[in-house]
Amino acid sequence: MEKGTEKAWDVLKDLTDPELPFLTLDDLGVIREIKRNDKNHVVTIAPTYIGCPAISVIEEKIASELKKIGISPIIEKSFSPPWSSDWISENGRKKMEEFGISPPHPRIAETIGDPLLKDVKCPQCTSYRTEKVSEFGSTACKSLYRCLDCKEPFDHFKCV
Amino acid sequence: MKSNTADMVFEGLLRIADDNLILGHRTSEWCGHAPTLEEDLALPNIALDLIGHAQTLYCLACEINSRYKNEDQLAFLRLEHEYKNLLLVEQENGDFGNTVLRLFYFSTFMKYFWERVKINCCFKKLKEFSEKAFLETSYHSRYASQWVVTLGDGTDESNLKMSNAISNLEPFLGELFNNDDFTEMCSQNDFLPEPTSIFESWKNEVEAILQKGNLNFPDIILKKRGGRKGEHSEAFGYLLSDLQYMQRAYPNSSW
Repeated sequence: MEKGTEKAWDVLKDLTDPELPFLTLDDLGVIREIKRNDKNHVVTIAPTYIGCPAISVIEEKIASELKKIGISPIIEKSFSPPWSSDWISENGRKKMEEFGISPPHPRIAETIGDPLLKDVKCPQCTSYRTEKVSEFGSTACKSLYRCLDCKEPFDHFKCV
Repeated sequence: MKSNTADMVFEGLLRIADDNLILGHRTSEWCGHAPTLEEDLALPNIALDLIGHAQTLYCLACEINSRYKNEDQLAFLRLEHEYKNLLLVEQENGDFGNTVLRLFYFSTFMKYFWERVKINCCFKKLKEFSEKAFLETSYHSRYASQWVVTLGDGTDESNLKMSNAISNLEPFLGELFNNDDFTEMCSQNDFLPEPTSIFESWKNEVEAILQKGNLNFPDIILKKRGGRKGEHSEAFGYLLSDLQYMQRAYPNSSW
């Protein structure tokens, strides 16, 4: 890897998501590529949602962090392939659960139709007796659930 | 890009972006007014998605036509006749049932629209965008369809309100599926699918959902149109004065 690109990865891998501050952009799989063309470094990011309001904040954060090491990047958004919740790292899923958000089930569960794979676990009491309250939660990437055992409401990260 | 191709792509992007912006604005009017807290989260979330789609499409349009320097100029600083959205999306929200029925009609249409663009589109950036847009519009369509069934198959009163919503929106559906010289040109150039080509899939899905909700499928014939030529209904003027207020009162203001 080219030296500047390597340094850029080093700086960006610890950047956190503005809406999920306990997760890094790397945990979420949002930063897809950093490469150098003739003049600039190009950072490609995959937005979790097209209208996600965190995207402009993420772009600013990337630009200001890279500026500190003397890089002024071009930031490009990529929609193909579309960002998938499957790109969230194991570590990211673990941190999500600790924070009280139920992580997304694997996308394959949508196609093979195994109902067990689609069960949503309550992040507070680990019960699988949960129900969906709303398709939409506190941010674009989450839906709202409730636990039928401990009665607590919680966010479930959407499987996309 | 050749200049006549550029004109076609610009106009095509505007049509889709304007539909999304205007429906996004209408949907956002529910913020703080929805019947339950969950719906008060859901509708603004959807509005955000719709406006996000519009924003990305306006950005692509600006790359093609240097007359416009950024997406805000397209969204907030055009005159009424320069907007090319459907009359369907600019109509007032009406009650919650009317709002979700319109969202169901529109997002189901867009779902099949993006599905076609995904397969075939000469403009690479739009083709890439359609992969993501398809997933999000499918989600909106599913959300709205659940409400259409719940309310249609609910009480006598909720069923009556949904039936009224069907009659209310009926005159505007013809325009959704209306081919014109422009849509024909887009299709011949492998840019965008013709609206009529989406009708069968749309009808099958909408008919099945309405049936589940004990509701009758509307008569779809061309009654009201004009949006694609910039001829809008009275409701649109009020909408624009609200939408454009900040940029008109404080030019170039930003967050």
